Amino acid sequence: MSHNPSIPHRLISQDAPQAPSFARATFTSVWGPINGFLEWFGELGLFAWQVLRAAIRRPFEGRELVRQFDEIGSKSLPLVALAGAAIGFVLALESRSSLVRFGAQSMLPAALVYSIIHETGPIVTGLVVSGRVGAGIGAELGSMKVTEQIDAIEASGVNPYKFLAFTRIVACILVLPLLTLAADFCGVLFGWLAETLAEPISFQRFINQGFVGATFRDFLAPTFRTVVFGLIIGMIGCFQGMRTQGGTAGVGRSATSSVVLSSLFVILADVILVKIILVFFS
Amino acid sequence: MMHVDQEVLPGVEERGGAAPTETSRGNGDGAAVVVRGLRKSFGGQTVLDGIDLTVKSGETLAVLGRSGTGKSVLLKLIIALQCPDSGSIRVQGQEVTHLDLEAMNEIRKKMGFLFQHAALYDSLTVEENIAFPLKRHAKMADSERGDRVKALLSSVGMEGDLKKMPSKLSGGMQKRVGLARALALEPGVLLLDEPTAGLDPITSGEINELILKVQEEYDMASIVVTHDLHSARTIADRIALLHEGNVLIEGTFQDLEKSDNGFVSEFMKRDS
Repeated sequence: MSHNPSIPHRLISQDAPQAPSFARATFTSVWGPINGFLEWFGELGLFAWQVLRAAIRRPFEGRELVRQFDEIGSKSLPLVALAGAAIGFVLALESRSSLVRFGAQSMLPAALVYSIIHETGPIVTGLVVSGRVGAGIGAELGSMKVTEQIDAIEASGVNPYKFLAFTRIVACILVLPLLTLAADFCGVLFGWLAETLAEPISFQRFINQGFVGATFRDFLAPTFRTVVFGLIIGMIGCFQGMRTQGGTAGVGRSATSSVVLSSLFVILADVILVKIILVFFS
Repeated sequence: MMHVDQEVLPGVEERGGAAPTETSRGNGDGAAVVVRGLRKSFGGQTVLDGIDLTVKSGETLAVLGRSGTGKSVLLKLIIALQCPDSGSIRVQGQEVTHLDLEAMNEIRKKMGFLFQHAALYDSLTVEENIAFPLKRHAKMADSERGDRVKALLSSVGMEGDLKKMPSKLSGGMQKRVGLARALALEPGVLLLDEPTAGLDPITSGEINELILKVQEEYDMASIVVTHDLHSARTIADRIALLHEGNVLIEGTFQDLEKSDNGFVSEFMKRDS
C-alpha cells in the first residue's frame, strides 16, 4: 500500500477502521474466560452425572471404598488434629487478652467452644483436607490418566467412574464429619490447655462452662456442613484428575487446580451454608 | 477429559474412504474383527480416512506405518476407548460402534489389550494387577483365582514376582505382566500396542516368542501395532501398512517385500 512518506506508518495502521477489530478483541478477551468457566461447569455436571449413574449399578467396589477410607481418613487424621489443636490454642490465647480487657474472661470457654464447633473446626478441616486429599486425588488420577491406567481399567470392562471416582467421593463425604469431630476435640482440648496455663481451670469445669446453653442442634448442623465440603473435595479432585492432559506437567497442573478449586468452592459453600444454617437452625 | 459421551457411541451410516484392498473385501463372515470405512479425525486433522480390515480367528495381523498414522488410534477405536467419526467395527459378529457402556463392557471382556507402556496399576502388586479383571468378571473362588493368576504368570515366565510392585519391574517384565493381564479372561481378540517398543533386541525377541506361544495356546485373533518390522515378520500372518489414513497395502511379509510401490519399498528398506 502506498502512502505519504511524511506520515508515519504507525499512524496509518491505527486509523478508524481498526476500531471494530479492537472491540472484537476486547469482547474475545472477556468472553474467552467466561466461556471457559461455563464449559468447565458443563463438563463437571456431565462428570457428576456419569458418577451418579455408575453409583447405582453393581458391583459396589466395597474393598476399594475401605482402602479410600484409610487413604483419605486415617492418613489425614494427624494433620487435621494438629491443625485443630493449633487453632484452639491460638484462639484461646488471643481471645483471652480481648475478653480480659472487657472483664469477660469467664466467657472464654463458651466463646472458644462456640467458635470452634460453629465455624473454625469445620472450615479448617475442609481446607486442610482439600489441601492434602484434593492434591493427592488430582495427582494420582492425573498420573493414572497420562500413563493409560484409566484406559486399561476401561479396556478391562470396569467402569472407572465407579472404581476410581465414586469410591473416593463417598470416602470424602463420610470421612469429613469424622475428621471435623477430631479437629473440634483437639481444638477444645488445646484451648483448655492454653487457658489453664494462664489461669488453672479443670477440664470438666471448662467443658461445663463451654457448653452452657449449647444444644445438639448447635453441634449437628455445622458438623454435617462438612458433608458438602467432602462432596466438593472428592468431586473436584476426581474431575480434575481424570481430565488430565499433557504428561507430567499436566499432572502437576491437575494437582494444583484440584487444591485451588476445591479450597475456593469449600469457602464459597461455607458462606452459603452458614447463611442457610442461620435461617433454618437458629 | 475422559470421553463422558461414551455411553452411546455415534451410529454408523456412511461408508467411504479408499477402496478396500483385495484381501480386506468381503463381508467378514467368520471373522473375529471386521472394520469397514472407519474414519477418525482430531480437530481438523484426519487420522483414519476409511480403513477396511478383517482379522479371522486364530490369525495375527500386524499394522505398520509411520508415527502418527493412527495405528494406536485404530486399536483404541476397536475397544471403544475412542469414538469413530464414522464407519463400522464388528467384534466377533457384534457391531461395537453404537453400544451402550454396559453392552460394550460385555464385549470388552472378550478382548485383551496390551498397552504400549503396559499401563499396570501402580498401586497394585503384580498379582493384584492380573487378578483385577478376574475379580470383577470371573465367578471363581479365591483359591481358584490365585491358581489362575499363578498359571498366567508362569506362562509369561514371571511366576516368582507375584508380590512385586510394577515400579520394581523392568520394561520387558512390565510388558509380560501386561500380557498376562490381557490374557486373564481368555479373550477371543488380543490387541497389542507396540509390544516391543523401548525394549532391547534380546528382550524384544523374548516378547515375540511369548506372543507366538500365547497365540498358539489360546488360538485367538490378534492385531499387533508395531514399528518393528522384524517383530511383524516373526509374529504376524498378514501385514497392513497404513499411509495417509488408509491401508496402502495388505498381505504377507513377502507380498510387501515384492511390492513396487515407492512408499512400501522405502518403508521396508528403512526398517530392515
